[in-house]
Amino acid sequence: MKKKRLIPVLLLKNGWLVQSREFKFYRNLGNPVDAVKRLNEWVSDELIYLNISKEEVYDIRRDDQNYPNRCSFEEIIADVSKATFMPMTVGGRIGNLNNIEKLLSLGADKVSINSKALEDKKFIEQSAREFGSQCVVVSIDAKIINGKYIVMSQGGSKETLYNPVEWAKTVESLGAGEILLNSIDRDGMKNGYDIDLLAAVSDAVKIPVIACGGVGEWAHFAEALQKTKVDAVAAANIFHYIDQSVYLAKKYLYEEGCNVRPCDLMPA
Amino acid sequence: MGDKLCILDYGSGNVGSVFNMFSTIMDRVVVSNRPPDLISSTHIILPGVGAFGSAMEKIKKTIPLDVLEEEVLRKGKPFLGICVGMQVLADKGFEFGECKGLGWISGTVEKMESGDFSLPHVGWNNIEVSRQTKLFEGLSDNQDFYFVHSYVFKEKNSNDAAAKTDYGEKFTSVVARDNIFGVQFHPEKSQKAGRIILKNFLDIK
Repeated sequence: MKKKRLIPVLLLKNGWLVQSREFKFYRNLGNPVDAVKRLNEWVSDELIYLNISKEEVYDIRRDDQNYPNRCSFEEIIADVSKATFMPMTVGGRIGNLNNIEKLLSLGADKVSINSKALEDKKFIEQSAREFGSQCVVVSIDAKIINGKYIVMSQGGSKETLYNPVEWAKTVESLGAGEILLNSIDRDGMKNGYDIDLLAAVSDAVKIPVIACGGVGEWAHFAEALQKTKVDAVAAANIFHYIDQSVYLAKKYLYEEGCNVRPCDLMPA
Repeated sequence: MGDKLCILDYGSGNVGSVFNMFSTIMDRVVVSNRPPDLISSTHIILPGVGAFGSAMEKIKKTIPLDVLEEEVLRKGKPFLGICVGMQVLADKGFEFGECKGLGWISGTVEKMESGDFSLPHVGWNNIEVSRQTKLFEGLSDNQDFYFVHSYVFKEKNSNDAAAKTDYGEKFTSVVARDNIFGVQFHPEKSQKAGRIILKNFLDIK
Protein backbone atom coordinates (compact mmCIF):
# COMPACT_ATOMS: atom_id res chain seq x y z
CA MET A 1 0.00 0.00 0.00
CA LYS A 2 1.17 3.52 -0.75
CA LYS A 3 2.31 5.38 2.35
CA LYS A 4 1.48 8.79 3.73
CA ARG A 5 4.50 11.05 3.73
CA LEU A 6 6.25 13.21 6.29
CA ILE A 7 8.06 16.11 4.63
CA PRO A 8 10.43 18.70 6.07
CA VAL A 9 10.23 22.04 4.29
CA LEU A 10 13.38 24.10 4.10
CA LEU A 11 12.97 27.81 3.52
CA LEU A 12 15.86 29.59 1.89
CA LYS A 13 16.16 33.32 2.01
CA ASN A 14 19.14 34.85 0.25
CA GLY A 15 20.98 31.55 0.52
CA TRP A 16 20.37 31.01 4.21
CA LEU A 17 18.09 28.52 5.85
CA VAL A 18 15.47 30.49 7.77
CA GLN A 19 12.53 30.11 10.09
CA SER A 20 9.35 31.95 9.11
CA ARG A 21 6.31 33.30 10.94
CA GLU A 22 3.15 34.47 9.17
CA PHE A 23 5.24 34.96 6.01
CA LYS A 24 6.59 38.13 7.66
CA PHE A 25 9.25 37.45 10.24
CA TYR A 26 12.41 35.47 9.56
CA ARG A 27 15.22 34.08 11.63
CA ASN A 28 18.50 32.75 10.24
CA LEU A 29 19.15 29.05 10.96
CA GLY A 30 22.41 28.55 9.13
CA ASN A 31 23.75 26.56 6.22
CA PRO A 32 21.21 24.72 4.02
CA VAL A 33 23.58 21.94 2.95
CA ASP A 34 24.32 20.93 6.53
CA ALA A 35 20.60 20.83 7.21
CA VAL A 36 19.86 18.48 4.35
CA LYS A 37 22.55 16.07 5.46
CA ARG A 38 21.00 15.98 8.88
CA LEU A 39 17.47 15.50 7.58
CA ASN A 40 18.58 12.82 5.14
CA GLU A 41 20.02 10.76 7.95
CA TRP A 42 16.80 11.15 9.84
CA VAL A 43 14.73 9.51 7.10
CA SER A 44 12.31 12.06 5.83
CA ASP A 45 10.12 10.78 3.00
CA GLU A 46 10.86 13.74 0.82
CA LEU A 47 12.26 17.26 1.04
CA ILE A 48 10.79 20.54 -0.10
CA TYR A 49 13.11 23.47 -0.72
CA LEU A 50 11.46 26.84 -1.18
CA ASN A 51 13.33 29.93 -2.20
CA ILE A 52 11.53 32.77 -0.45
CA SER A 53 14.04 35.46 -1.30
CA LYS A 54 12.50 38.70 -2.46
CA GLU A 55 15.59 39.66 -4.43
CA GLU A 56 18.39 37.83 -6.24
CA VAL A 57 21.00 37.96 -3.53
CA TYR A 58 22.49 34.73 -2.27
CA ASP A 59 25.29 34.70 0.18
CA ILE A 60 26.45 32.00 2.52
CA ARG A 61 29.91 33.41 2.91
CA ARG A 62 29.84 33.15 6.67
CA ASP A 63 30.25 29.41 6.24
CA ASP A 64 33.18 29.65 3.89
CA GLN A 65 35.47 27.65 6.09
CA ASN A 66 33.67 24.52 4.94
CA TYR A 67 31.92 25.51 1.76
CA PRO A 68 32.80 27.60 -1.23
CA ASN A 69 30.83 30.78 -1.58
CA ARG A 70 27.56 30.28 -3.46
CA CYS A 71 25.97 32.94 -5.52
CA SER A 72 22.71 31.45 -6.74
CA PHE A 73 19.81 29.33 -5.55
CA GLU A 74 20.64 26.87 -8.35
CA GLU A 75 24.14 26.33 -7.04
CA ILE A 76 22.76 25.69 -3.58
CA ILE A 77 20.30 23.13 -5.00
CA ALA A 78 23.07 21.41 -6.96
CA ASP A 79 25.05 21.05 -3.75
CA VAL A 80 22.07 19.83 -1.79
CA SER A 81 21.12 17.21 -4.37
CA LYS A 82 24.52 15.55 -3.95
CA ALA A 83 23.76 15.00 -0.30
CA THR A 84 20.19 13.82 -0.65
CA PHE A 85 18.93 10.41 -1.73
CA MET A 86 15.22 11.02 -1.58
CA PRO A 87 12.70 12.87 -3.70
CA MET A 88 13.22 16.60 -3.67
CA THR A 89 10.76 19.36 -4.59
CA VAL A 90 12.16 22.78 -5.30
CA GLY A 91 10.18 25.98 -5.63
CA GLY A 92 10.11 29.72 -5.41
CA ARG A 93 10.63 32.35 -8.10
CA ILE A 94 9.79 29.98 -10.95
CA GLY A 95 8.70 32.09 -13.88
CA ASN A 96 9.34 30.07 -17.04
CA LEU A 97 9.93 26.58 -18.42
CA ASN A 98 13.69 27.13 -18.48
CA ASN A 99 13.69 27.63 -14.72
CA ILE A 100 12.00 24.24 -14.35
CA GLU A 101 14.30 22.45 -16.74
CA LYS A 102 17.30 23.87 -14.91
CA LEU A 103 16.08 22.77 -11.48
CA LEU A 104 15.26 19.26 -12.72
CA SER A 105 18.68 18.95 -14.31
CA LEU A 106 20.27 19.93 -11.00
CA GLY A 107 18.59 17.01 -9.25
CA ALA A 108 15.10 18.24 -8.30
CA ASP A 109 12.37 15.63 -8.88
CA LYS A 110 9.50 18.10 -8.79
CA VAL A 111 9.07 21.82 -8.87
CA SER A 112 6.62 23.88 -6.89
CA ILE A 113 4.90 26.72 -8.74
CA ASN A 114 2.88 29.45 -7.05
CA SER A 115 2.57 33.06 -8.23
CA LYS A 116 3.34 32.25 -11.86
CA ALA A 117 0.46 29.77 -11.95
CA LEU A 118 -1.93 32.44 -10.62
CA GLU A 119 -0.69 34.96 -13.17
CA ASP A 120 -0.90 32.58 -16.09
CA LYS A 121 -2.95 29.40 -15.76
CA LYS A 122 -1.61 28.04 -19.04
CA PHE A 123 1.80 27.77 -17.42
CA ILE A 124 0.59 24.78 -15.38
CA GLU A 125 -0.59 23.05 -18.53
CA GLN A 126 2.62 23.78 -20.38
CA SER A 127 4.79 22.56 -17.50
CA ALA A 128 2.80 19.34 -17.14
CA ARG A 129 2.95 18.64 -20.86
CA GLU A 130 6.67 19.36 -21.06
CA PHE A 131 7.87 17.59 -17.91
CA GLY A 132 4.98 15.35 -16.82
CA SER A 133 2.34 15.90 -14.13
CA GLN A 134 4.41 13.95 -11.62
CA CYS A 135 6.87 16.82 -11.35
CA VAL A 136 4.42 19.73 -11.21
CA VAL A 137 3.43 20.77 -7.71
CA VAL A 138 1.22 23.82 -7.36
CA SER A 139 1.68 25.57 -4.07
CA ILE A 140 -1.35 27.37 -2.63
CA ASP A 141 -0.97 29.95 0.14
CA ALA A 142 -4.34 30.52 1.83
CA LYS A 143 -5.32 33.26 4.23
CA ILE A 144 -8.55 34.07 6.01
CA ILE A 145 -9.72 37.57 5.11
CA ASN A 146 -13.04 38.80 6.50
CA GLY A 147 -13.96 35.25 7.43
CA LYS A 148 -13.28 33.81 3.97
CA TYR A 149 -10.38 31.77 2.64
CA ILE A 150 -8.49 33.63 -0.07
CA VAL A 151 -5.58 32.39 -2.19
CA MET A 152 -2.65 34.78 -1.87
CA SER A 153 0.18 35.33 -4.34
CA GLN A 154 3.64 36.92 -4.28
CA GLY A 155 4.74 35.25 -1.07
CA GLY A 156 1.47 35.98 0.70
CA SER A 157 1.51 39.70 -0.06
CA LYS A 158 -1.18 39.97 -2.74
CA GLU A 159 -4.83 38.91 -2.68
CA THR A 160 -6.29 37.01 -5.61
CA LEU A 161 -9.89 36.35 -6.61
CA TYR A 162 -9.70 32.63 -5.91
CA ASN A 163 -10.77 30.57 -2.96
CA PRO A 164 -8.50 27.58 -2.25
CA VAL A 165 -11.02 24.84 -3.17
CA GLU A 166 -11.89 26.36 -6.50
CA TRP A 167 -8.23 27.07 -7.32
CA ALA A 168 -7.21 23.52 -6.32
CA LYS A 169 -9.80 22.04 -8.71
CA THR A 170 -8.60 24.35 -11.45
CA VAL A 171 -4.95 23.39 -11.10
CA GLU A 172 -5.86 19.70 -11.00
CA SER A 173 -7.77 20.02 -14.25
CA LEU A 174 -4.79 21.80 -15.82
CA GLY A 175 -2.45 18.90 -15.06
CA ALA A 176 -0.87 19.66 -11.68
CA GLY A 177 0.31 16.43 -10.05
CA GLU A 178 0.16 17.58 -6.47
CA ILE A 179 -0.88 20.50 -4.27
CA LEU A 180 1.18 22.02 -1.47
CA LEU A 181 -1.38 23.75 0.74
CA ASN A 182 -0.11 26.33 3.18
CA SER A 183 -2.03 28.37 5.74
CA ILE A 184 -0.49 31.80 6.14
CA ASP A 185 -2.44 32.37 9.37
CA ARG A 186 -0.91 29.27 10.93
CA ASP A 187 2.64 29.72 9.56
CA GLY A 188 5.04 29.58 12.51
CA MET A 189 2.23 29.78 15.08
CA LYS A 190 2.60 26.20 16.43
CA ASN A 191 -1.16 25.91 17.02
CA GLY A 192 -1.74 23.09 14.56
CA TYR A 193 -2.86 22.79 10.95
CA ASP A 194 -5.99 24.51 9.70
CA ILE A 195 -7.96 21.26 9.55
CA ASP A 196 -11.03 22.83 7.90
CA LEU A 197 -8.90 24.15 5.06
CA LEU A 198 -7.10 20.82 4.59
CA ALA A 199 -10.33 18.85 4.65
CA ALA A 200 -12.09 21.12 2.16
CA VAL A 201 -9.27 21.02 -0.38
CA SER A 202 -8.36 17.35 -0.02
CA ASP A 203 -12.03 16.39 -0.44
CA ALA A 204 -12.30 18.43 -3.60
CA VAL A 205 -9.41 16.90 -5.59
CA LYS A 206 -8.07 13.46 -6.44
CA ILE A 207 -4.41 14.46 -6.65
CA PRO A 208 -2.31 14.35 -3.47
CA VAL A 209 -2.49 17.32 -1.10
CA ILE A 210 0.48 18.17 1.13
CA ALA A 211 -0.50 19.91 4.36
CA CYS A 212 1.66 22.76 5.59
CA GLY A 213 1.62 25.49 8.22
CA GLY A 214 1.17 25.47 11.98
CA VAL A 215 2.71 22.30 13.36
CA GLY A 216 3.85 22.74 16.95
CA GLU A 217 3.84 19.12 18.14
CA TRP A 218 3.81 15.63 16.62
CA ALA A 219 0.11 15.19 17.37
CA HIS A 220 -0.69 17.88 14.82
CA PHE A 221 0.72 15.66 12.05
CA ALA A 222 -1.45 12.76 13.20
CA GLU A 223 -4.53 14.96 13.42
CA ALA A 224 -4.26 15.97 9.75
CA LEU A 225 -3.69 12.38 8.62
CA GLN A 226 -6.58 11.07 10.71
CA LYS A 227 -9.14 13.80 10.07
CA THR A 228 -8.53 14.70 6.43
CA LYS A 229 -7.60 13.04 3.15
CA VAL A 230 -4.22 14.74 2.82
CA ASP A 231 -1.50 12.53 1.34
CA ALA A 232 1.41 14.13 3.16
CA VAL A 233 2.14 16.29 6.17
CA ALA A 234 4.84 18.92 5.96
CA ALA A 235 6.40 21.38 8.36
CA ALA A 236 9.44 23.59 8.57
CA ASN A 237 10.26 25.14 11.92
CA ILE A 238 9.57 22.17 14.18
CA PHE A 239 12.21 20.02 12.49
CA HIS A 240 15.08 22.40 13.14
CA TYR A 241 15.06 22.65 16.91
CA ILE A 242 14.75 19.05 18.04
CA ASP A 243 17.51 16.49 17.70
CA GLN A 244 16.45 13.51 15.52
CA SER A 245 13.22 15.37 14.85
CA VAL A 246 12.05 13.61 11.69
CA TYR A 247 12.78 10.21 13.15
CA LEU A 248 10.84 10.98 16.31
CA ALA A 249 7.90 12.39 14.39
CA LYS A 250 7.82 9.35 12.12
CA LYS A 251 8.02 6.95 15.02
CA TYR A 252 5.15 8.77 16.71
CA LEU A 253 2.96 8.54 13.60
CA TYR A 254 3.75 4.86 13.12
CA GLU A 255 2.89 4.08 16.70
CA GLU A 256 -0.32 6.09 16.36
CA GLY A 257 -1.32 3.71 13.57
CA CYS A 258 -0.87 6.14 10.69
CA ASN A 259 -0.01 4.59 7.33
CA VAL A 260 3.61 5.76 7.17
CA ARG A 261 6.88 3.98 6.38
CA PRO A 262 7.94 1.88 9.36
CA CYS A 263 11.10 2.73 11.25
CA ASP A 264 12.96 -0.57 10.82
CA LEU A 265 15.78 0.79 8.72
CA MET A 266 16.13 3.98 10.65
CA PRO A 267 19.56 4.83 11.96
CA ALA A 268 20.38 4.84 15.64
CA MET B 1 41.39 -4.10 -10.12
CA GLY B 2 38.07 -3.94 -8.30
CA ASP B 3 34.56 -3.51 -9.56
CA LYS B 4 33.75 -0.93 -12.16
CA LEU B 5 30.23 0.27 -12.82
CA CYS B 6 29.03 1.65 -16.12
CA ILE B 7 25.84 3.72 -15.98
CA LEU B 8 24.60 3.75 -19.54
CA ASP B 9 24.43 7.25 -20.95
CA TYR B 10 21.55 7.92 -23.33
CA GLY B 11 20.35 11.30 -22.08
CA SER B 12 18.10 9.98 -19.34
CA GLY B 13 17.08 12.53 -16.72
CA ASN B 14 18.05 10.69 -13.56
CA VAL B 15 21.65 9.82 -14.41
CA GLY B 16 22.91 12.43 -11.96
CA SER B 17 21.03 10.98 -9.00
CA VAL B 18 22.07 7.42 -9.85
CA PHE B 19 25.68 8.53 -10.20
CA ASN B 20 25.56 10.44 -6.89
CA MET B 21 24.23 7.41 -5.02
CA PHE B 22 26.83 5.00 -6.46
CA SER B 23 29.63 7.48 -5.78
CA THR B 24 28.95 6.98 -2.08
CA ILE B 25 29.35 3.20 -2.51
CA MET B 26 32.31 2.76 -4.86
CA ASP B 27 35.13 4.65 -6.59
CA ARG B 28 34.96 3.45 -10.16
CA VAL B 29 31.71 4.69 -11.65
CA VAL B 30 31.42 5.99 -15.19
CA VAL B 31 28.48 7.42 -17.09
CA SER B 32 29.18 6.32 -20.62
CA ASN B 33 28.00 4.69 -23.84
CA ARG B 34 31.48 3.95 -25.20
CA PRO B 35 32.21 0.30 -26.01
CA PRO B 36 35.53 0.25 -24.05
CA ASP B 37 33.65 1.28 -20.88
CA LEU B 38 30.96 -1.35 -21.43
CA ILE B 39 33.63 -3.99 -21.94
CA SER B 40 35.89 -2.99 -19.02
CA SER B 41 33.07 -2.59 -16.49
CA THR B 42 32.02 -5.41 -14.19
CA HIS B 43 28.43 -4.16 -13.71
CA ILE B 44 26.04 -2.25 -15.96
CA ILE B 45 23.08 -0.03 -15.05
CA LEU B 46 20.38 1.27 -17.37
CA PRO B 47 18.72 4.25 -15.65
CA GLY B 48 15.49 5.81 -16.85
CA VAL B 49 12.68 8.27 -16.48
CA GLY B 50 10.06 9.18 -19.05
CA ALA B 51 8.15 7.27 -21.68
CA PHE B 52 8.97 3.83 -23.09
CA GLY B 53 9.02 4.91 -26.74
CA SER B 54 11.27 7.93 -26.36
CA ALA B 55 13.62 6.01 -24.04
CA MET B 56 13.93 3.16 -26.57
CA GLU B 57 14.53 5.60 -29.38
CA LYS B 58 17.36 7.30 -27.49
CA ILE B 59 18.82 3.95 -26.41
CA LYS B 60 18.94 2.70 -29.99
CA LYS B 61 20.51 5.96 -31.13
CA THR B 62 23.23 6.25 -28.50
CA ILE B 63 24.06 2.84 -27.02
CA PRO B 64 25.99 0.21 -29.00
CA LEU B 65 23.44 -2.57 -28.51
CA ASP B 66 25.60 -5.27 -30.10
CA VAL B 67 28.35 -4.63 -27.54
CA LEU B 68 25.83 -4.41 -24.69
CA GLU B 69 24.16 -7.69 -25.66
CA GLU B 70 27.53 -9.39 -25.96
CA GLU B 71 28.46 -8.27 -22.41
CA VAL B 72 25.11 -8.95 -20.76
CA LEU B 73 23.50 -11.80 -22.68
CA ARG B 74 26.58 -13.79 -23.65
CA LYS B 75 29.20 -12.93 -21.04
CA GLY B 76 26.60 -12.74 -18.27
CA LYS B 77 27.63 -9.40 -16.77
CA PRO B 78 25.27 -8.30 -13.96
CA PHE B 79 22.77 -5.81 -15.36
CA LEU B 80 20.19 -3.65 -13.58
CA GLY B 81 17.47 -1.59 -15.25
CA ILE B 82 15.80 1.17 -13.23
CA CYS B 83 12.22 2.35 -13.89
CA VAL B 84 11.95 2.78 -17.68
CA GLY B 85 15.33 1.01 -17.78
CA MET B 86 13.47 -2.03 -16.41
CA GLN B 87 10.48 -1.60 -18.71
CA VAL B 88 12.53 -1.64 -21.91
CA LEU B 89 13.69 -5.16 -21.03
CA ALA B 90 10.24 -6.29 -22.25
CA ASP B 91 9.35 -7.30 -25.82
CA LYS B 92 7.19 -4.25 -26.33
CA GLY B 93 5.56 -1.25 -24.69
CA PHE B 94 2.33 0.62 -25.33
CA GLU B 95 3.01 4.13 -24.01
CA PHE B 96 2.18 6.62 -26.79
CA GLY B 97 1.78 3.83 -29.34
CA GLU B 98 3.32 0.39 -29.67
CA CYS B 99 7.10 0.22 -29.51
CA LYS B 100 9.60 -2.64 -29.52
CA GLY B 101 11.76 -3.17 -26.44
CA LEU B 102 15.03 -5.02 -25.89
CA GLY B 103 13.15 -8.30 -25.40
CA TRP B 104 15.57 -9.67 -22.78
CA ILE B 105 12.76 -10.62 -20.41
CA SER B 106 9.64 -11.69 -22.23
CA GLY B 107 6.60 -9.51 -21.56
CA THR B 108 4.82 -6.26 -22.33
CA VAL B 109 4.57 -2.86 -20.67
CA GLU B 110 1.03 -1.61 -20.23
CA LYS B 111 -0.84 1.18 -18.48
CA MET B 112 -1.64 0.48 -14.83
CA GLU B 113 -5.19 -0.33 -13.88
CA SER B 114 -5.17 1.58 -10.64
CA GLY B 115 -8.93 1.94 -10.17
CA ASP B 116 -9.70 4.85 -7.87
CA PHE B 117 -6.06 5.74 -7.33
CA SER B 118 -4.68 8.62 -9.35
CA LEU B 119 -1.91 8.15 -11.90
CA PRO B 120 1.00 8.50 -12.04
CA HIS B 121 1.74 6.27 -9.06
CA VAL B 122 4.09 8.58 -7.16
CA GLY B 123 5.36 7.96 -3.67
CA TRP B 124 6.59 5.36 -1.22
CA ASN B 125 5.10 1.92 -1.55
CA ASN B 126 6.21 -1.46 -0.33
CA ILE B 127 7.28 -4.49 -2.34
CA GLU B 128 6.16 -8.02 -1.55
CA VAL B 129 8.94 -10.44 -2.35
CA SER B 130 7.64 -13.40 -4.33
CA ARG B 131 11.01 -14.96 -5.10
CA GLN B 132 14.23 -14.38 -3.20
CA THR B 133 17.13 -12.96 -5.17
CA LYS B 134 20.49 -11.58 -4.11
CA LEU B 135 19.13 -8.06 -4.54
CA PHE B 136 16.93 -8.39 -1.46
CA GLU B 137 19.59 -9.57 1.00
CA GLY B 138 19.35 -7.70 4.27
CA LEU B 139 15.94 -6.19 3.49
CA SER B 140 12.61 -7.03 5.04
CA ASP B 141 9.97 -8.62 2.77
CA ASN B 142 7.83 -5.50 2.84
CA GLN B 143 10.40 -2.79 2.33
CA ASP B 144 9.20 0.59 1.02
CA PHE B 145 10.68 2.20 -2.07
CA TYR B 146 10.03 5.37 -4.04
CA PHE B 147 7.98 4.95 -7.24
CA VAL B 148 7.12 7.32 -10.12
CA HIS B 149 5.34 5.67 -13.07
CA SER B 150 2.04 5.01 -14.85
CA TYR B 151 2.99 1.91 -16.85
CA VAL B 152 3.87 -1.54 -15.56
CA PHE B 153 5.76 -4.63 -16.65
CA LYS B 154 3.59 -7.69 -17.42
CA GLU B 155 5.96 -10.62 -17.65
CA LYS B 156 5.06 -13.62 -19.80
CA ASN B 157 6.78 -16.12 -17.55
CA SER B 158 5.63 -15.60 -13.94
CA ASN B 159 8.94 -16.92 -12.68
CA ASP B 160 10.65 -13.76 -13.97
CA ALA B 161 8.84 -11.65 -11.35
CA ALA B 162 10.67 -11.36 -8.03
CA ALA B 163 8.43 -8.86 -6.23
CA LYS B 164 4.99 -7.29 -6.53
CA THR B 165 3.51 -4.00 -5.33
CA ASP B 166 -0.10 -3.04 -4.71
CA TYR B 167 -1.60 0.16 -6.12
CA GLY B 168 -5.15 -0.58 -7.17
CA GLU B 169 -3.72 -3.61 -8.96
CA LYS B 170 -0.81 -5.82 -7.98
CA PHE B 171 1.94 -5.11 -10.43
CA THR B 172 5.45 -6.50 -10.87
CA SER B 173 7.93 -4.18 -9.18
CA VAL B 174 11.06 -6.32 -9.56
CA VAL B 175 12.04 -8.71 -12.36
CA ALA B 176 15.01 -11.04 -12.21
CA ARG B 177 16.38 -13.65 -14.54
CA ASP B 178 19.94 -14.99 -14.23
CA ASN B 179 22.23 -11.93 -14.35
CA ILE B 180 19.49 -9.52 -15.49
CA PHE B 181 17.53 -7.45 -12.96
CA GLY B 182 14.98 -4.69 -13.22
CA VAL B 183 13.34 -2.51 -10.57
CA GLN B 184 10.30 -0.32 -11.21
CA PHE B 185 11.10 1.95 -8.26
CA HIS B 186 13.99 4.39 -7.93
CA PRO B 187 16.64 2.96 -5.59
CA GLU B 188 18.66 6.16 -6.00
CA LYS B 189 15.79 8.04 -4.30
CA SER B 190 14.94 5.35 -1.77
CA GLN B 191 17.48 6.23 0.89
CA LYS B 192 18.93 3.39 2.91
CA ALA B 193 16.81 0.62 1.38
CA GLY B 194 17.75 1.78 -2.11
CA ARG B 195 21.39 1.86 -1.19
CA ILE B 196 21.20 -1.72 0.10
CA ILE B 197 19.68 -2.90 -3.20
CA LEU B 198 22.42 -1.18 -5.19
CA LYS B 199 25.14 -2.59 -2.93
CA ASN B 200 23.65 -6.06 -3.28
CA PHE B 201 23.68 -5.64 -7.04
CA LEU B 202 27.40 -4.85 -6.93
CA ASP B 203 27.97 -7.97 -4.83
CA ILE B 204 26.64 -10.13 -7.65
CA LYS B 205 29.60 -11.44 -9.62
